[in-house]
Amino acid sequence: MTSLLGRLWLAFAFTLAATPAPAQGLESKLVIVTSFSKDLTAPYAQAFEKKYPGTKVELQNRNTAAAVTFIRETRSSPPDLMWASAPDAFEVLKKDALLQKYQPKAQGVADKVGSYPVNDRDGFYVGFAASGYGIMYNTRYLRANSLAAPKEWDDLKKPVYFGHVGISAPSRSGTTHLTVETILQGEGWEKGWATLLEIGGNLAQVSDRSFGVPDAVNSGQYGIGIVIDFFGLSAKASGFPVEFVYPTVTTIVPANVGIIANAKNQKAAEAFVEFLLSEEGQQILLDPKIQRLPVRLATYDKAPAGYPNPFKNTALGAKVSFNPELSEGRYELVNSLYDRVVTFRLKELNAAWKTIHAAEAKPGAGPEAKRLVAEARKLATAVPISEREASDRAIAGSFQEVKPGAKPAGRQAEFESRWDAAVVKNYAEAKALAEKALTAK
Amino acid sequence: MSSVATIRPPLPAPFAARFGASPAQIVALAAIAVFLLAFLIVPLLRVIVVAFTGPEGGFSLVHFGDFLATALLREAFWNSIYVAAMTVVLASLIAVPLATILARFRFRGAALIHTLGVVPLVMPPFVGAVAMQLIYGRNGAVNLLLLDCCGFRIPFMEGLNGVIFVEALHYFPFILLNLSASLANIDSAMEESAQNLGAHGFTLFSRIVFPLALPGYVAGAALVFVKVFDDLATPLLLNVTNMLAPQAYLKITTVGIADPMGYVISVIMIACSLGAMALSALALRGRDFATLQRGGGGLARRSLGRAGNAVAAAFVVLVLALVLSPHLGIFLLSIATVWSYAVLPDGFTLAHYATVFREAGPLISNTILYCGLAGLIDVILGATLAYLVLRTRLPGRRLIEQIAMSAVAVPGLVLGIGLLRTYYDVKLPFGGESLATFWVMLVIAYAVRRLPYALVSAKAALQQLHVSLEEAAENLGAGKFTTLSRIVVPLMTGGLLAGFVTSFATAAVELSATLLLVARSSDAPIAYGIYVYMQSAAGRGPGAALGVIAVVVVSIATYLAYRFAERERGMKSRELI
Repeated sequence: MTSLLGRLWLAFAFTLAATPAPAQGLESKLVIVTSFSKDLTAPYAQAFEKKYPGTKVELQNRNTAAAVTFIRETRSSPPDLMWASAPDAFEVLKKDALLQKYQPKAQGVADKVGSYPVNDRDGFYVGFAASGYGIMYNTRYLRANSLAAPKEWDDLKKPVYFGHVGISAPSRSGTTHLTVETILQGEGWEKGWATLLEIGGNLAQVSDRSFGVPDAVNSGQYGIGIVIDFFGLSAKASGFPVEFVYPTVTTIVPANVGIIANAKNQKAAEAFVEFLLSEEGQQILLDPKIQRLPVRLATYDKAPAGYPNPFKNTALGAKVSFNPELSEGRYELVNSLYDRVVTFRLKELNAAWKTIHAAEAKPGAGPEAKRLVAEARKLATAVPISEREASDRAIAGSFQEVKPGAKPAGRQAEFESRWDAAVVKNYAEAKALAEKALTAK
Repeated sequence: MSSVATIRPPLPAPFAARFGASPAQIVALAAIAVFLLAFLIVPLLRVIVVAFTGPEGGFSLVHFGDFLATALLREAFWNSIYVAAMTVVLASLIAVPLATILARFRFRGAALIHTLGVVPLVMPPFVGAVAMQLIYGRNGAVNLLLLDCCGFRIPFMEGLNGVIFVEALHYFPFILLNLSASLANIDSAMEESAQNLGAHGFTLFSRIVFPLALPGYVAGAALVFVKVFDDLATPLLLNVTNMLAPQAYLKITTVGIADPMGYVISVIMIACSLGAMALSALALRGRDFATLQRGGGGLARRSLGRAGNAVAAAFVVLVLALVLSPHLGIFLLSIATVWSYAVLPDGFTLAHYATVFREAGPLISNTILYCGLAGLIDVILGATLAYLVLRTRLPGRRLIEQIAMSAVAVPGLVLGIGLLRTYYDVKLPFGGESLATFWVMLVIAYAVRRLPYALVSAKAALQQLHVSLEEAAENLGAGKFTTLSRIVVPLMTGGLLAGFVTSFATAAVELSATLLLVARSSDAPIAYGIYVYMQSAAGRGPGAALGVIAVVVVSIATYLAYRFAERERGMKSRELI
């Protein structure tokens, strides 16, 4: 145990200690706020320090929410880089003018991965790796429960997977949000929500953090998770009995880095961004514990056989043309809506779908039973707001920070309270109708 | 001795005479007030002001109206009350017999059991959650065994009842620690008198012993209630979102949300916690728990006899097995190669310890330093405040007590944001580092949030101490300081220790404020180290290894604290005689 005095002395000594002259004109340190795991950050920090001796990389590991809060509250003397997956976090920082524009010099980096642009359109943050969404499953769990491995999103609607699937809430995970938004854009608002709610009926859990889902699948708490590829691939590489598949339609999303406005170590920050995009930096992504998809095309030549390549395999992320403006406009609203209709009413949603499944499986159902089930299904797949309303600036604005001059249509809490009441009623009625169908001719 | 109670020494200053307080006491109260103002009130207000700001700006209660109008939030409110109340019941069922056995019977290894009784409080972030699921989860070891042999599962960890189960296992030490301290303060003479009058067995316990120990029990039960009411980790672990704490958390930590509802819920939680504490004070009002006899070293410990010993031992072992199983799970996780959908891990290895070996040293020393200091600050502030509240009539003392108590309901993240917002631009004289990210701020954040524990324990201890003892000392010529240091503090040792241990143990695994305030990994405590590992599949083993280290470190520190307190008590009681 270090004594208090010892600590004080150490702190003092550290501040006075002469640091070796940094090479190539970089500052003597670089402060990075990141939500990435150690498996990813440590190799990069080491490689960077080796390449630029004299520059010390200080990593501040925070979850995304804490990272954004920290950068917001420390604008007088901020860290240098924000390094994380969640595109929403970067959007928030950009809106608050907490990022600065930077045009990377690196050549050979793709502009688009799938249909999603690699870099921010306005140049405030840069994608350095890509990841695709897919389905991860625990092979032991599936065997023990005699379940077939799911391959497509639609498989997850099947009654056999009731109570076996997990997802992270889109409001809590920027990458899940993009998957939800892709489904909404690909299938259309109403059909998209119907899909999400039908899968929702099978969910065992809606996790409040992205890593909660692979963690639960790894433990076998539930068998199937909707996760981003590296969670599945790296868990498999670590020896867990899991597999990962990309459905034919998937979203590919970039993981980002952005230089924070007024960064104190500007040159080192720029060097780090360039390093991430360099041949050397991109190669690190192939590490079995990291397993993210490089954005530099040439790096795939060095990848092991079978490594997913979104630039060759066009099914990865190419089918849906993603409209970022539409997504941005309703971002907060879609998150809140998902939480109202799935996350916070999961028990009710599960109960409704369980009964609907039972009614549909009943052999020899007559026309009355069929009519009742169809009606129940309609109620259990409906959301209390139309696409037009969701894109209405005034309504969507109620979920955003008030901009000067904007007139929101109401308070977020008012909408949320109304939606909650509507879905509780819908699910209860759906369940009642399906129960009726079970006894009807 | 009974006549001394009516004689008061003449007090010098008129101000002091009016409030029955010395200038030193007035200064002490002012110092505590300044501390709370600087590190709790101001930071807190700077964050939760949005709860009272209308959509058009200016003061408004419209958001509280929204809270009441939302069915989901009303439901969450009642769920939180229900869970907190039921947890008190279940935790009492575990803690009361355990405390009684420890206090009244000769039992080998009592210090060990005391130490193990603290361990449930040390639930390392994330690792604890994974271990709990692997033991009690839907497909945890217990349920897989049950499924195999009997074809059914017990939903230990599902819904509100699951929350109650886990919370009770986690927080029963609050009752155990405070009740044990109270029981140890009862003199055997009380018991003997009762026995002479014909009271035995259950009558003796329910009419004499338990009522005398009531301050400790109520203190512990009230802490369990408010802690569970405000607890976030367990509902999140079980994915139960229809309670207040997770609703507030999900709002506050969702990136890019402007809705003030999270802060509104925080305000409501603080109000409810204060209400619960006030109710618990009401339960003790109008009764006197103080006894004059001291120095007998607590209740007479008797031998249980063969059968009694076996029953008691069986109970203790059963309870410990139940409450320590998550920690066994963490240990297994730390030496497991892969553990997935199975009763036990596939294989065992020591590699995870090797992985964390190099960085564990600074993490441990930081943890001990920060949490030890925080615990010390809490005990000093808590004991002083308890003394001022119970022994003086200074104006504002109750208000300051309430403010200190409100910290129990302040989410770590909210306090962290407030501290950052208030102190980031304050630079330290050397090196120009910000005060908010200086490691001392972590100590302060821990101390502020855990001050209620120490305060409650100290108050309970002081309630059992008759004021005549102090007056007697003063009549014999002892000054206020001598009386405090030779009479009051030694006689409160048990309660103060309970306060220190709870503060220390819970601070060691605090994550939310830590994640916000740590500026560099060399300053990080062990909870941060665990967080960093537990973000990837490969980090599960090393994270668990750090978790085991955290548990062991806290256990050793607790054990040493007990040994120290026992020795002090032994020495002081001889001096008293």
